Amino acid sequence: MRVLLPFPVVVPILFAALTVVFHRSRAAQRGIAIAGVSAALGAAIAILVLVERDGPQSVTLGGWPAVVGIALVADLFSALLLVVSLITVLAVLVFAVGQRHSDDLVAFHPTYLALTAAVSLSFLTGDLFNLFVSFEVMLAASYVLITLGGRRAQIRHGMTYVIINMIASALFLTAIAFIYAAMGTVNLADLSEKMGGVPEHLVTALSLLFLVVFGTKAAVFPVFSWLPDSYPTARAPVVAVFAGLLTKVGVYAMVRTQTLLFPHDGPWTVLLVLAGLTMIVGVLGAIAQNDMKRILSFHIVSQIGYMVLGLGLFTVSGVAGAVFFIVHQIPVKTSLFLVSGLVEESAGSTALDRVGGLLRRTPLTAALFGLAALSLAGIPPFSGFVGKLSLVEAGFGAQEYAIVAVSLVGSLLTLFSMAKIWNGVFWGVAERPTRAVSDGAARLRAPILMTGSTIVLVGVTVAIAVFAGPIYDLCHRAADSLLHPAAYVDAVLGR
Amino acid sequence: MTVFTAALVAVLYGTGVYMILQRTLTRVILGLALLSHGANLLLLIVGGRAGLAPLIGSFTGDDTVSDPVPPALVLTAIVISFGMTVFLLALAYRSWQLTRDDTVEDDPEDRRIARLGRSRPRAGARPAHVVDGPSADPEREAPR
Repeated sequence: MRVLLPFPVVVPILFAALTVVFHRSRAAQRGIAIAGVSAALGAAIAILVLVERDGPQSVTLGGWPAVVGIALVADLFSALLLVVSLITVLAVLVFAVGQRHSDDLVAFHPTYLALTAAVSLSFLTGDLFNLFVSFEVMLAASYVLITLGGRRAQIRHGMTYVIINMIASALFLTAIAFIYAAMGTVNLADLSEKMGGVPEHLVTALSLLFLVVFGTKAAVFPVFSWLPDSYPTARAPVVAVFAGLLTKVGVYAMVRTQTLLFPHDGPWTVLLVLAGLTMIVGVLGAIAQNDMKRILSFHIVSQIGYMVLGLGLFTVSGVAGAVFFIVHQIPVKTSLFLVSGLVEESAGSTALDRVGGLLRRTPLTAALFGLAALSLAGIPPFSGFVGKLSLVEAGFGAQEYAIVAVSLVGSLLTLFSMAKIWNGVFWGVAERPTRAVSDGAARLRAPILMTGSTIVLVGVTVAIAVFAGPIYDLCHRAADSLLHPAAYVDAVLGR
Repeated sequence: MTVFTAALVAVLYGTGVYMILQRTLTRVILGLALLSHGANLLLLIVGGRAGLAPLIGSFTGDDTVSDPVPPALVLTAIVISFGMTVFLLALAYRSWQLTRDDTVEDDPEDRRIARLGRSRPRAGARPAHVVDGPSADPEREAPR
């Protein structure tokens, strides 16, 4: 059954090629893209079931022995994220297909599928250089998606995005070179075993270098400012999938490398301070904005802080909290951006002073936003509450009271800025209403597929809250195997 | 020889970073190219000393053989950085088409805040965000 592992990567790539072949028919492209992502999702679910039953699974490409051949590995952590990500990718794809102003260009579907494949590969790879390659494929696809259409604002902000990520990639390559110089391998499991023989100061330097690289990709303070600058200019489905996945892949890589290669015995203060600053600076930035998409973009930064907090504690319950938080955050963040896409589609803008009083006209959109926003802010009984509760408990367990206090303040401010969106968009009247808002015509209704996929994704976040017990249990086991990676290493090295 | 290449790597990183800090877009792109050249060269020299080609049958047990892994990695990395640089050049060209300008523009949000600060002393001045919010149309705010 290990043969399943390459499927979530290979299937989207093959289907991407098919969408290029059928570039003349948009309908065919849509069908192929949806089929491709669904097949990848099926494989991912099978992998999760397999890993849950039998522990970490590994396969080396070309049948070469491990270390020589490139390894693909699935453990509970990567399989969980793979499933959640692919569900999100599928929902966003349906949303994009349903858009009324179907301005999707020929390049959208192939690029989107390449992005899907690269995200899957980043989760599954067991090789540092292969991780670099998958990041590059993912970023190359995202560069195209963020500038698709070539409008002036997109080019201007896309440029920042591309340049920052290229600098981070150059640093990533540097880090890989140093790793290879020190240990002569780039296989993660092999590195994990050889790390003990390396002088301690070198380990610290490498660990910090990786922190900078993945911190930039994940938008951690102080290298986050590219994110709220570039994301809001992209089109709704694109920004939704970016918000849900790209930064989380950065966090995934950070968690994977820091736990596997640079294990800490107790809380790591550097990471905790960064986490606190990320939470507070991100949410303060959100409060200052007056556009729904920009507010939500700053929130991506703020929420990354909570994941880094869980990792920084370096206890099983802390990492479990972080894993649960990532699992909850991917669908929640994406569904909030999908709602902003619904608002933009129906009202013509997402600026708080141009839209207003949508509660009466589009109550369904308002309800969807309300559910996702309460979940993001961490109000019981929603999934955000479970995530934050487990992080707070872990913080108390590790006796890091300061960071717990900071995280609670951050979550209060999150609620405040969600209320700001609610007041601006769903209550009140617009100061400078758009045509759609002032006419108040039936045009305010969004197409059924767009609304439908948003409903499904919000449903997923509610389901995470309902099944919080079993899911948290899975996350706890995932965290346990992250901090005690013997099974992972054995699976890769074939022992 | 290794000292020389190591120094070359340092020079490439240094000049690359210096160029990235410039305000002209083409220089930033050249800086990125230099930076990735530096990273590629670094990856190449971590393989250790040069030796015979690692082909089966072309060396005996006593010969020094060069490590084949770093060149394989570098080859991939070179292709990637080449592709990215070309994409950036295309973006820069598109930007030049749209603005006839090669400098990195100010953030419209920064400019709004700066204008808010300037307009505060005047009595009865409307808040700037009512006139031109950043999301409404950031393109309008860019210099013509």
